[in-house]
Amino acid sequence: MNETLIEFKNVKKVFDDTVVVEDFNLEVKKGEFVTLLGPSGCGKTTMLRILGGFELPTSGSIMMNGEDISMLPPNQRPVNTVFQKYALFPHLNVYDNIAFGLKLKKLSKKEQDEKVKKALELVDLEGFEKRAIHTLSGGQQQRIAIARAVVNEPDVLLLDESLSALDYKMRKEMQVELKNMHKKLGITFIFVTHDQEEALTMSDKIVVMADGEIQQIGTPEEIYNEPKNLFVADFIGESNIFKGTMLGYHKVRFCGTEFDCVDDYAKDMVIDAVIRPEDIVITDESKGQFTGEVISCDFKGTFYIVVVQAGKNEIEIHSLNNYAIGTKVGMSIEPDNIHLIPYDTSINHYEGKVVESKVEDKIHVEFEDFEVDIDPSVLIPGAVMEDWEVVDAEGNGIDLMGTRVEASFIPSDADLTDEAEQGLVQGNIFSFIYVDDHYRYTVRTKSEEDYVVNDEDLWNQEDYVGVIIPMDKITYKIIEGEADEE
Amino acid sequence: MKSNNLRKQLAIPYAIFLLLFVVFPLLVVIYYGFTNGDGQPSFENFINFFKNGKTVGTLIYSFAIAIITTIVCLLLAYPVALIIAKGAYSKKAKFLMIFVLPMWINFTLRITALKEVLTLIEGNLAYHQFLNTIICMVYDFLPFMMMPLYNSLTKLDDGLIEAARDLGAGKRQVFFKVILPLSVPGIVSGVTMVFLPSMTNYVVLDMIYNSTYIMGSLIGSYFSAYDWHNGSVISIVLLLIILAITYLSNKYTEDDGTSARVR
Repeated sequence: MNETLIEFKNVKKVFDDTVVVEDFNLEVKKGEFVTLLGPSGCGKTTMLRILGGFELPTSGSIMMNGEDISMLPPNQRPVNTVFQKYALFPHLNVYDNIAFGLKLKKLSKKEQDEKVKKALELVDLEGFEKRAIHTLSGGQQQRIAIARAVVNEPDVLLLDESLSALDYKMRKEMQVELKNMHKKLGITFIFVTHDQEEALTMSDKIVVMADGEIQQIGTPEEIYNEPKNLFVADFIGESNIFKGTMLGYHKVRFCGTEFDCVDDYAKDMVIDAVIRPEDIVITDESKGQFTGEVISCDFKGTFYIVVVQAGKNEIEIHSLNNYAIGTKVGMSIEPDNIHLIPYDTSINHYEGKVVESKVEDKIHVEFEDFEVDIDPSVLIPGAVMEDWEVVDAEGNGIDLMGTRVEASFIPSDADLTDEAEQGLVQGNIFSFIYVDDHYRYTVRTKSEEDYVVNDEDLWNQEDYVGVIIPMDKITYKIIEGEADEE
Repeated sequence: MKSNNLRKQLAIPYAIFLLLFVVFPLLVVIYYGFTNGDGQPSFENFINFFKNGKTVGTLIYSFAIAIITTIVCLLLAYPVALIIAKGAYSKKAKFLMIFVLPMWINFTLRITALKEVLTLIEGNLAYHQFLNTIICMVYDFLPFMMMPLYNSLTKLDDGLIEAARDLGAGKRQVFFKVILPLSVPGIVSGVTMVFLPSMTNYVVLDMIYNSTYIMGSLIGSYFSAYDWHNGSVISIVLLLIILAITYLSNKYTEDDGTSARVR
C-alpha cells in the first residue's frame, strides 16, 4: 500500500499555445483510489489522457514502477481505460469486446474463456457473452466497459467520468460497486469526475484541480474540512465565506462578531472564514454568538436549508428543524468548525512600463491590458513634469523611460459593467464565489491577466464584462531591480 | 386528414415523371426484349445473346473493366479518405475538396483532356487499350468512391480507436480489427457507386476509342442500328445483373452489426 506506483513530475501540457495543465506533481501509491476532481476545463481529463498515452506531455515526466513512460504509446502501458462514452466496439459482441485485449496478447482460447467469464462475474453480467452491444442498456454497457478494461489485469485502471452518463440511482449503485471492485482487485484506480460528492464517497485521495493547476491534494476529510483556498472551499460542498480580520491569538472577527478559532494567523491579518452550513448551530435568539432573521427555509429530505439574514450577510445553515420565515434566531459556531484561509494579497497587481509621454504634464505607462497617464509624483514624491521631462524635487532631470511600474487596486474599489467598452479592461467572468453579501468575481482578459472584483450583481461564468476601476483608486509603485532592455 | 391528402398530392408530379420516363420505357424495353421482328413473343433474342461470342465476350470484358476499376478506386481512395478523415488536419473539408473537385468539371471535357494527356505520354493510345480504359474510368469514378468512404470514416468514433490502442493494439491491429470492419458500410456503398456505373459506362470507351466493346456501347450500337430487340435484351440482362448486385450488397450491409447500432 505504501509503494509509489506512479509519479508525475512537473507535467505541463500546451494545446495550440493554451496551457491546459501546468506544474502537475503527484504521487500515486499502489492500490490507491485517486480521484481527479474539478470543474470542466480544469485539465483533469487531459491528465488522464496523458497517463493513458493518448496525449504526450509538453514537458515533465511520468514515472511508473520507476520507469519513465511519458513517451510510450498507449498499447505499451500497463494501464487500461474505461472511457466516458464506454467506446465498446459495435461490430463485436460482449465476449469479443472483453476478449479484445486477451486476443492481442495471444492467450489460448481456454484462458480467454475463463478470464472473460470471471470478468463478467465481477460486473454481475454472467451469461451475456453472446449479446450484441446495441442490445445493452447504458448501465450494462458501462459494466462491460469496466470488464473489458480489468480483464487485462492492468497496474492502473483509469476511469474518465465513467459514471456521468448514468442516471442518479444507477450512479449511486455503481459508486458502491466500483469501490467494492477496487477492494477486490487491489489495483490502482484513477478516477476523473466533476462531481464532488462522487469524489468524496469513493476516493482514498482527492486531487482538486482548477484552471490547469492542482489546488489541493488530500484525503476526502482533509479536502472537506481543511480546504487550502477559497476555490476548494467553494467547490467541495456548500460553504459560507466571510471576510474577516484576526484580532489576536485564536481570535477572529467576521459577521460583526468576535469568534474563538483554532487556526492562528498574525494580528490584523485579513482572512476569509469558511464555515460549512452544517456547522452552524441555530439557538434561541438570546443564546447565540450572533443573531439574525430567517428569510427562507427549504426542505431537502433529511434536513432543512435555512437562510438567515444577519446584518448584511446571508448565512446558509443545514438544520434538522423547520423555522418559520421571520423567526429571530441566534447562531453559534464551534471554534474548530471555523476554517480560516489567508486573504490572497497577490491579486490585482499588474506590471507595466513607462513609455513616451502622450500629454505634457503626465507620464504614460503601458500595461498588458490598459494604459494610463499619471502624475510623476505618484511614483517619485515631489517629482514634476517640466517641458515633457520628469524633474525631481531638487530639480534634477530623471529618465523614467522603460521603468517597470506596478499598478494595483483592491477588489471592492472596482465594478463590473455590461457595456464592456466602458471598463478600463474587458474580459470574461472566469469564476466567482459568494463572500459576505457580494460576489467576488475573477475576470480574465484576453492576455490571460486576472482581475478580481467585488460586485453585488449576479453575472454568469463566461459573461463578457468591462471592469471599471476609478483612476484615483489605482496605486502605483516603481518595481525595483533592473529595467527591461531598452 | 386534409394535410395528409395534400402531402400525398405533392408526390403527383414525381409520380407522373416516374411513370412516363421510367416505368413506361422499361415496359417498352421488356416488350422488345421478348418479341421478335414480327412482334411475336419469343426467347430468340436471349438465345442469340448467349450464343453470340461478341455479346458474351463484351459482357465478360465489361465485368473485368468494372471489377478492376472498382478495386483500383478502392485501393487509391481508402488511404486518402482515411488520412483526410482521421488525420490531424484542421481543414478537412478543403482537403476533401481537392479530390472531389474534378466532379465539377464537365465529364466529356475531363475525358478529352485526359485523352490528350495520355496521348502525350504514350504517343499512340492504340497500344494499351485496356490500361487506358482503366485509367480513364478510375479518374472518372474515384470521387464516387471517396465520398462514402470518407463519410463512414469520419463517423467512426475516435474513442473506439483509442480504446483499441488502450487494450494493446498496435497501429496495424487497430486498422484491421477496428477501422476496417467498421468502414464496411462505406466500402459497400463506394463499391456499388463505382461498380454499377462502370459496368455500363460507354462514353469513356466511346470517346477514346470509338469502341463498342463494352456493354453500354453495345446497347448503343444496337439501338443506333434500329435493332430494338437485341438492344433491349442486353439492357434486360444488365438490369438483372445490377439488381442482383444491389440485392447482395444491401443484404451484406444489413447483416453487418453496425447498421443496427441506431436504435
